[in-house]
Amino acid sequence: MAMLSRLASRSSHLGRTLLLPRSLCCSTGGRHFASSAGDEGPTFTVETSVPFVGHRCEPPSREVETTAKELMGFFRDMSLMRRMEIAADALYKAKLIRGFCHLYDGQEAVAVGMEAAITRKDAIITAYRDHCIFLSRGGNLVETFAELMGRRAGCSNGKGGSMHFYKKEGGFFGGHGIVGAQVPLGCGLAFAQKYLREETVTFAMYGDGAANQGQLFEALNISALWDLPAILICENNHYGMGTAEWRAAKSPAYYKRGDYVPGLKVDGMDAFAVKQACKFAKEHALKNGPIILEMDTYRYHGHSMSDPGSTYRTRDEISNVRQERDPIERVRKLILLHDLVSAAELKDIEKEIRKEVDNAIAEAKESPLPDPSELFTDIFVKGCGTEVYGVERKENKILI
Amino acid sequence: MAMAARRGATANRGQLVGILRGFSSSSSVVDSWQKNKEGIAGGKPLNLFSAINQALHIALETDSRAYVFGEDVSFGGVFRCTTGLVERFGRKRVFNTPLCEQGIAGFAVGLAAMGNRAIAEIQFADYIYPAFDQIVNEAAKFRYRSGNEFNCGGITIRTPYGAVGHGGHYHSQSPEAFFCHVPGLKVVIPRSPSEAKGLLLACIRDPNPVIFFEPKWLYRLAVEEVPDHDYMLPLSQAEVMREGTDITLVGWGAQLLVMEQACEIAEKEGISCELIDLKTLIPWDKEAVEVSVNKTGRLLVSHEAPVTGGFGAEIAASVVENCFLRLEAPVARVCGLDTPFPLVYEPFYLPTKNKIVDAIKATVNY
Repeated sequence: MAMLSRLASRSSHLGRTLLLPRSLCCSTGGRHFASSAGDEGPTFTVETSVPFVGHRCEPPSREVETTAKELMGFFRDMSLMRRMEIAADALYKAKLIRGFCHLYDGQEAVAVGMEAAITRKDAIITAYRDHCIFLSRGGNLVETFAELMGRRAGCSNGKGGSMHFYKKEGGFFGGHGIVGAQVPLGCGLAFAQKYLREETVTFAMYGDGAANQGQLFEALNISALWDLPAILICENNHYGMGTAEWRAAKSPAYYKRGDYVPGLKVDGMDAFAVKQACKFAKEHALKNGPIILEMDTYRYHGHSMSDPGSTYRTRDEISNVRQERDPIERVRKLILLHDLVSAAELKDIEKEIRKEVDNAIAEAKESPLPDPSELFTDIFVKGCGTEVYGVERKENKILI
Repeated sequence: MAMAARRGATANRGQLVGILRGFSSSSSVVDSWQKNKEGIAGGKPLNLFSAINQALHIALETDSRAYVFGEDVSFGGVFRCTTGLVERFGRKRVFNTPLCEQGIAGFAVGLAAMGNRAIAEIQFADYIYPAFDQIVNEAAKFRYRSGNEFNCGGITIRTPYGAVGHGGHYHSQSPEAFFCHVPGLKVVIPRSPSEAKGLLLACIRDPNPVIFFEPKWLYRLAVEEVPDHDYMLPLSQAEVMREGTDITLVGWGAQLLVMEQACEIAEKEGISCELIDLKTLIPWDKEAVEVSVNKTGRLLVSHEAPVTGGFGAEIAASVVENCFLRLEAPVARVCGLDTPFPLVYEPFYLPTKNKIVDAIKATVNY
């Protein structure tokens, strides 16, 4: 913690060449996402990139309070997520990851901003672009890469793959393949939370493509009718696979689509805007029932690894967003503006992250594939007593 | 999808490429197929998605009230089955829908109820469940409940199904059995490009609601000579792909190629197998199967869908009912395991040629 007090006092250049304390640098084991206690460093106020736009609600202020620790945490966590996704891209091309792989790079601010505003007792549920949300909910790199590669050490024991990450202790309900199906499920979680009376909420995330699913409106109606603490987060990255939002939706103002349900439009590339909005939404949901947050965000990769991402949008558009709105760059500028650490130290952090990711991949590669008997486990509760036929010959029966 | 399909996962699927390439040359299998098509011969070598594409072009050309729609069909579709359609027929006849399967199906029922041919695409059969209500409760029963005053016979739903090597839980399912259980629907599954073109045109023109399952593994992998012209293959008519005397094998879609390999292996051990492609699962050609079973006295059914409650169960029960005294052995079913379609365990889950060969031998030696 000595370093942070030096930050606070803005001492000489000499003081700044020391590395950051361990609390901000984590091992490949358990991570603590901006949640450990300790010296937070100086507090300051950050203005969000654009004002919030409200639908049937008074939008929160653009001024967001933050601390040096939180800012550094945002930088580190988003850089880690970015690095992880890029590494996953490489692993997929090397055919170590097979099947489907939907990458989140560009959208990291939504994951970190949301996490900063809530607790692990609040629930998050999302669709298949879930690697980074898993990380922000307490997942570690080894179990991420192992699951991607279908290995035993994976968070779902290698049985789920890219689209099915879960973390019970972190309040992360996954990881779903069927578009839109996770939203009614999320509202159901909120329903349960209302009974528990623990002042917790559920964030049900979905994309602009899923926004046109009928089941979403069914869930929204019930949530509003029963005043459930459900917060619907539409991660609008403007393309449902290859279809631009204006070609799929009569009204791409997703935050307004709840009609009688209030909504807020948020710059999803600004981690502080996301944090402010989620904090506001949690307070709102606990008092008044459901609210929709539309996160205006962008994904650099295509829909999945099978999609180059350039047949339905121009490379100019992608590089423009990278230049103007990249979430990590935004935070980097803030860090340098407030003189928290030097640019060189930020580069050091990035180098360290690269190594961390590489180490995690190496460790994950060591993990074996699940045992073939795992094919039959977890279909029903253990000990259900049903017979299933064995792997090779009909004569081999297994009791599950 | 394209890249992935070419680099198939399991060894025996990898061998399919060799066998399929053989179809374009002169193997005895090809000759018998060409004979069965009676005058349908020649044409260019095409893969499955191109054959389906040709069928769609012809369907839209020959009926000005035919429409093709679904998710991403405009640019050609995720499997390229709808390439060139919007350029040729315009946005009013070929168009994208938002991401809503229930909407797509319901919309298709409505369009068909007004006398149009609605060719709806569900991007993966795994996503068909939100549309299940519309298909089962609306489409299948429309003619019946209106006393023939209305019908939506013009509806054809096309959807890719089946294993692809790495599809996992939600890109590999075979849900055909759910729909076979619904009176009022037809379910058709082609095994190859030339079959697909003829069957799809027949489905589109059939005055009943049809679901056309396309084996996605074969979209690029299967190459066959497909005639250029407009032709249809009869529905509810099974085809004997290979004649034999010791055991009857019944299957459909991509699984037939696996069964074919098993038949070759069994042949070497002196077992003569008769292989039947059912083509239409409902209403299915009971007569053809019974004639065959009455000849051989043994039956084996194979499909990728899980064994319990799969369509093989219906075939087995029906054959037992009608051919009981002729049967020399219990009906064998070599199907997917009773698990969700797994990710890394796909080779264990699938009914591979070895499992089929084992079952053939066990049945013959019963």
